[in-house]
Amino acid sequence: MDKFLFGGMPYIFLMTAIVGAIWRFRSNKYTWSSQSSQFVENKTLFFGSFPWHYGIITVLLGHILGLFIPKSILLWNAVPVRLYVLELTALACGFLALFGLLALIYRRLTNSRVKALTSSWDVLVLIVLLIQVVTGLGNAVLYRWGSNWYAATAVPWMWSILKLNPNVDYVANLPLITKTHIFNALIFIGLIPFSRLAHFVVLNPYKYLVRPYQVVRWYRRGGPTVNIVQYK
Amino acid sequence: MDIRAQLSMSFHLDKCIGCHTCSVSCKNVWTTRRGAEYMWWNNVETKPGAGYPLTWEDQERYRGGWEVSGGSLRLKLLKGPGKIRTLANIFFQPNLPTIDDYYEPFTYDYQNLFNAPAGDDQPVARPKSLITGEFMEKIVLGPNWDDDMGGSPLYASNDPNLKGLSDSQKDMLTKFHKLFFFYLPRICNHCLNPACVASCPSGAIYKRGEDGIVLIDQDTCRAWRFCVSACPFKKPYYNWANGKSEKCIFCYPRVETGQPNACAHACTGRIRFVGALFYDADRIEEVAKAPEDRIVEAMREIILDPNDPRVIEEARKAGIDENWIRAAQESPSYNLFKKWRIALPNHPEFRTLPMNFYLPPLSPILHNAKSENGGTFDPESVEFFNEIGKMRIPLRYLANLLSAGNEQAVLESLKKQMAVRLYRRHLRMGDISESQAKAALSSVGLTTQDADDIYRLVSLSTFQERFVIPETHREIQTNVDPRTMYEKRGSVGFGVKKKEFLGRTW
Repeated sequence: MDKFLFGGMPYIFLMTAIVGAIWRFRSNKYTWSSQSSQFVENKTLFFGSFPWHYGIITVLLGHILGLFIPKSILLWNAVPVRLYVLELTALACGFLALFGLLALIYRRLTNSRVKALTSSWDVLVLIVLLIQVVTGLGNAVLYRWGSNWYAATAVPWMWSILKLNPNVDYVANLPLITKTHIFNALIFIGLIPFSRLAHFVVLNPYKYLVRPYQVVRWYRRGGPTVNIVQYK
Repeated sequence: MDIRAQLSMSFHLDKCIGCHTCSVSCKNVWTTRRGAEYMWWNNVETKPGAGYPLTWEDQERYRGGWEVSGGSLRLKLLKGPGKIRTLANIFFQPNLPTIDDYYEPFTYDYQNLFNAPAGDDQPVARPKSLITGEFMEKIVLGPNWDDDMGGSPLYASNDPNLKGLSDSQKDMLTKFHKLFFFYLPRICNHCLNPACVASCPSGAIYKRGEDGIVLIDQDTCRAWRFCVSACPFKKPYYNWANGKSEKCIFCYPRVETGQPNACAHACTGRIRFVGALFYDADRIEEVAKAPEDRIVEAMREIILDPNDPRVIEEARKAGIDENWIRAAQESPSYNLFKKWRIALPNHPEFRTLPMNFYLPPLSPILHNAKSENGGTFDPESVEFFNEIGKMRIPLRYLANLLSAGNEQAVLESLKKQMAVRLYRRHLRMGDISESQAKAALSSVGLTTQDADDIYRLVSLSTFQERFVIPETHREIQTNVDPRTMYEKRGSVGFGVKKKEFLGRTW
């Protein structure tokens, strides 16, 4: 069972994500949008969107950092004070994200305009995200110092997946709540191209910081965008 | 010199009767879709008035447009150097208007008129929201809610253009006999320094190099909504159903083939003029930074004289076609804005360098002068010409609206329009002497030839004189495959190209 869930399914979800993203981007680019609903309701959204995004992005970056530099994290955690700082920050961000997510769910359930704009994909995404955040916080509270054992269990497992040599032994003995967290993360990855989650992988906004203000396109010249002036 | 062409529309406000034919034809062509039904790419506002969306001119609230700070040009939305605030606010934008600032789109439950059971009362068609599909308690806002000064103490009194007016002038909002108002038709200004383009994190909005039309690439838009906040004219609109921003496209499928825009074509008052302009793209930043009292002048300087041999030579070098050069030489926009200097841009102080121009309204003035003088004062007389500042529409108001507060620029335009009237009266009625008429013309720097041309353009001009639109000839361009040239004809024009769908699929 573990072999199937943590040895085979990761590939299925990763393939779904990659193939799905390419397929949707090529066949139906127009629907690729964050589907913001701020335009119809912006009072509750403030208490949902801000904490949710800032909380979850910080936590997610922590996970990614752990994947790439597990040794440095362990080294950092060697001093207890530094461990507490890291864990408390992560926990606070997790609760911030949970608060935001609950506010967003409340908004979606109670505001008639937002409700009218809710698709079944949105419901699915919200359920997956809620499971992910709750199990994540459960891990952090019940099985303390996750930043330490994450480096010894999930990280080598993820690398074994990425190296096409899955080794489920790393995660086989983890508690159920952690396993749920990991498997739900896989579902999340698989969902990315098929919902509004697609806005999660757009790369254009990061380009904005370095591009000139004005954009000019010449339909005659074809080719890449030509810019007018970069203001100082 | 980096010479580029720009299509530009001019509006003769004196002739606008506020009939909304332009708005309706635009709506019928482009925005009769779910999610777009609240959008009026072309709308006509009563001024003074709160406008659409409510108080769009109030940039303290929306932070649209640009500001000069520390000698550099910055988006007001960013509140400081760097663009990081855009990304920081991408999840929630504090300055975004919501649908309640426009109006909740609605229809009526007409079926009830037929299906209601017999009873003592007449059945009514209750309003129904087009977003939720539920009945609405009552309609609280609509397009042109304060049309013709309706509810002006509640709405028009919030007009930001009223700043700097005396209390007695503001009385005109409520005192019926002293009332002043006029109509302001608005489309996207297709600015030279567009704030919507500059604010788009996706880089989806762009200005077309060949004709200056500002468009949103629907495939690249990711609904970050910054264009809606950043545009000080609130002309990009957010499609709440599809999650894409849309805006006036200057009817590019029409103008590319030399036809005027749907709004301009439909205009019953023939108040609109469309023509090409040449401008120097190297000077955009410098002009956008000009001090407020000079900004209209600076905008006139960036527009190049299409009859200047040097400009023509540069234009040819820049790859501008001969038919565009010819069109620019006959352009009504060029004549009104630069040659005769009687048209003015809308809110140049937003520093986007808007490319639509307005002839300030003259007519209500005459009425007032007449009554002030017990009905004996002849509004077409020469004495009145010198007193034109004491008009019914306060100069200050027009200056706030059309020239960044520069009253001289408005006065110049009004005097010129008046001088042409005096000259025509001399020709037609003969009760004003030739010397008086010519003195009036020369005092504002117009020749009799100019006066004839202005009269011809604003009163008698034909379709071809009002709309001098050069064809783009996309069909002969190498990147168009002649076999696929017509494949999109008759298909869905805006939004999804493959199949018609309303609302979300994901």
